[in-house]
Amino acid sequence: MASVDLLVKGLRVGIQGKEILRGIDLSLRRGEIHALLGPNGSGKSTLAYVLMGHPAYEVVAGEIRLFGEDIRGLDPDERARRGLFLAFQYPAEVPGVALSNFLRTALSAIREQPLPPLQFYKTLHQRLESLGMDPGFADRAVNEGFSGGEKKRSEILQMSLLQPKIAILDEIDSGLDIDALRVVANEVRRMADEGVGILVITHYQRILEYLKPDLAHVMIQGRIVRSGGPDLVRELEAAGYDAFRTEAVEAVA
Amino acid sequence: MSGSQVEGFQIGEYRYGFHEPERYVYKAPRGLTRETVLHISEMKGEPAWMRDLRLRAFDLFLRKPMPTWGADLSKVDFAAIHYYVRPTERPGRSWEDLPEEIRRTFDRLGIPEAEKKFLAGIGAQYESEMVYHSLRENLRRQGVVFLDMDSGLREFPELVREYFGTVVPPGDNKFAALNTAVWSGGSFIYVPKGVSVEVPLQAYFRINARAMGQFERTLIIADEGSFVHYIEGCTAPIYSEDSLHAAVVEIIVKRGARVRYTTIQNWSTNVYNLVTKRAVAEEEATMEWVDGNIGSKVTMKYPAVILKGRGAKAEILSVALAGRGQHIDAGAKVIHLAPDTASHVVSKSISHSGGRSTYRGLVRVVRGAVGVKNAVRCDALILDEDSRSDTYPHIDVEEPDAQLGHEATVSRIGDEQLFYLRSRGLRESEAVALLVRGFIEPVVRELPMEYAVELNRLIELQMEGSVG
Ligand SMILES: Nc1ncnc2c1ncn2[C@@H]1O[C@H](COP(=O)(O)OP(=O)(O)OP(=O)(O)O)[C@@H](O)[C@H]1O
Ligand SMILES: [Mg+2]
Repeated sequence: MASVDLLVKGLRVGIQGKEILRGIDLSLRRGEIHALLGPNGSGKSTLAYVLMGHPAYEVVAGEIRLFGEDIRGLDPDERARRGLFLAFQYPAEVPGVALSNFLRTALSAIREQPLPPLQFYKTLHQRLESLGMDPGFADRAVNEGFSGGEKKRSEILQMSLLQPKIAILDEIDSGLDIDALRVVANEVRRMADEGVGILVITHYQRILEYLKPDLAHVMIQGRIVRSGGPDLVRELEAAGYDAFRTEAVEAVA
Repeated sequence: MSGSQVEGFQIGEYRYGFHEPERYVYKAPRGLTRETVLHISEMKGEPAWMRDLRLRAFDLFLRKPMPTWGADLSKVDFAAIHYYVRPTERPGRSWEDLPEEIRRTFDRLGIPEAEKKFLAGIGAQYESEMVYHSLRENLRRQGVVFLDMDSGLREFPELVREYFGTVVPPGDNKFAALNTAVWSGGSFIYVPKGVSVEVPLQAYFRINARAMGQFERTLIIADEGSFVHYIEGCTAPIYSEDSLHAAVVEIIVKRGARVRYTTIQNWSTNVYNLVTKRAVAEEEATMEWVDGNIGSKVTMKYPAVILKGRGAKAEILSVALAGRGQHIDAGAKVIHLAPDTASHVVSKSISHSGGRSTYRGLVRVVRGAVGVKNAVRCDALILDEDSRSDTYPHIDVEEPDAQLGHEATVSRIGDEQLFYLRSRGLRESEAVALLVRGFIEPVVRELPMEYAVELNRLIELQMEGSVG
């Protein structure tokens, strides 16, 4: 069996004394796409944050290994430099900082060497074009006044430029129109084909039809209650979470 | 090398704290007496009216109380300061003319290089005197005057006598009185009617000696319909003893003219920077102050515009960065004396590592000044629990139809913003630096590119090691 690139084992996470993730196991390899589904408030974003190293969450038990290394003690930027990326469900605004400038700073930080401006702008414009975005978009302040869909595209643009090895995409499809969804999904598929391991968090089947994930997981109340292939997604779409909720209760009992 | 501890403390990195040996033509002993004032005037060979003005100002200085508001000035020791230091016999015609240590200093500060690359003229002051001055030939031919103030007084005595002390009278405040008594150096600029100086003029002020007092005096007269952008920068060595910088700047913006005055203040943290800057804008004239305060131990400075003619405009943009041991008490004053005048104030302050910043503003609209518009925006960013920021906006309006707007915010760096940036590979200090850069961007974008880059770099250097 090929080595697991992102390994989560028995992960329990709390915030302000409240336990949110109650024993998560996950094995993701580069080139794979996994889908994570689950009702609102089940803990999907919490998992994404914890994997990226959000300081507010407390890892109570369990392991997180990236390429074999225990990363629990690493700062978010150290994780980013090791090839981890998170596309945010709600990306923060950075007033006064142009997206292009931000991207160049980020890219230099991740590569730990400054990038020649000309080369950078060339790549940036190629990416903007292939994502069907206006060249002037990168001159705007990061996420400030972006529409819901623009924020999502900007996250994908960032992933595309930063070239991570493992990417977690938290509701990258919400708020996208049909055309944008296709463009974004194609970009995610392309990156997976190039060897990026992807965990895509979503509420909708549509993006999964494009992505054809290798595996889907259903999270209920901080636990992954079922993992499976395309059938699982279809079952979910047809029956909703109720059946899985019962499973969750049974699992506790 | 960060957090260098060369005499006195300094957080982050201050790259200008070096000093050169003192080989001066004349150095006044510590302390100020009537004799020192007379001696300065004599050495300069001034007309009697200027000598008398100095003496009158000296009396005013003695009589005026220390300001009891603003920053803490109780440690200012007037008796410890050297009030006049003459570095060379006369100004150099070229950089090569200057004594080696002075030339070396300005080289290290990148001044001759900037002169070549993007300036129309430059004045370099070392201690009490301008040691080098230049102006592009095409501007000289158009009648533009850019001299050190002493030469200005010699070559244009009528013009100087007509305006000197009219915008900032000797008795305006204790430090304006002190400056008027012992002033030396500074710039004298005259831009003739309709002439537009498209490329900036710059002055650079360098203190080298210990316990130095620098009192340059600047007078700018922009004749009708003209334009000039003047930029000043400054630095000093780090000593355990304090130095004093008390400048006076007077600007007359005539009908339809526009003056932009940009400051990048980067004194070392043993300098008291107590400066009076004021402009008078006549009909349809525009005055713009762009003020960046990064350095000094204490700064008290409130660039002012008196909108005297109908339709005159003022713009006062400032950035202040207060770190450990610093109190930057800055602001803006606008006096609307005439109808249809407009003013716009933007102040951005950052307090970190226990530093303190204060915005102190005044907007006055007198009776008869109808149709006035004013907007003030001041934003404070506080980076840690030990740091502090205060806002004292003062509004005094006698015309009810004035349209005034005041917006103030105090913020801290958000955890979610910081996490977002860090998830993109930025270290905490880099993330904070980027957020700070974004915070001051509305002011920095007004600077010429070279200075915008420089200001951002200075801020980053000062904040290095203050977070994380
Ligand atoms: N900082 C926090 N403080 C308190 N509670 C929190 C915090 N962050 C998350 N929670 C709680 O943890 C639970 C899981 O939240 P999370 O955002 O991970 O859900 P989600 O599965 O991503 O939901 P959605 O599908 O709505 O995005 C919720 O009950 C939420 O209120
Ligand atoms: Mg979520």
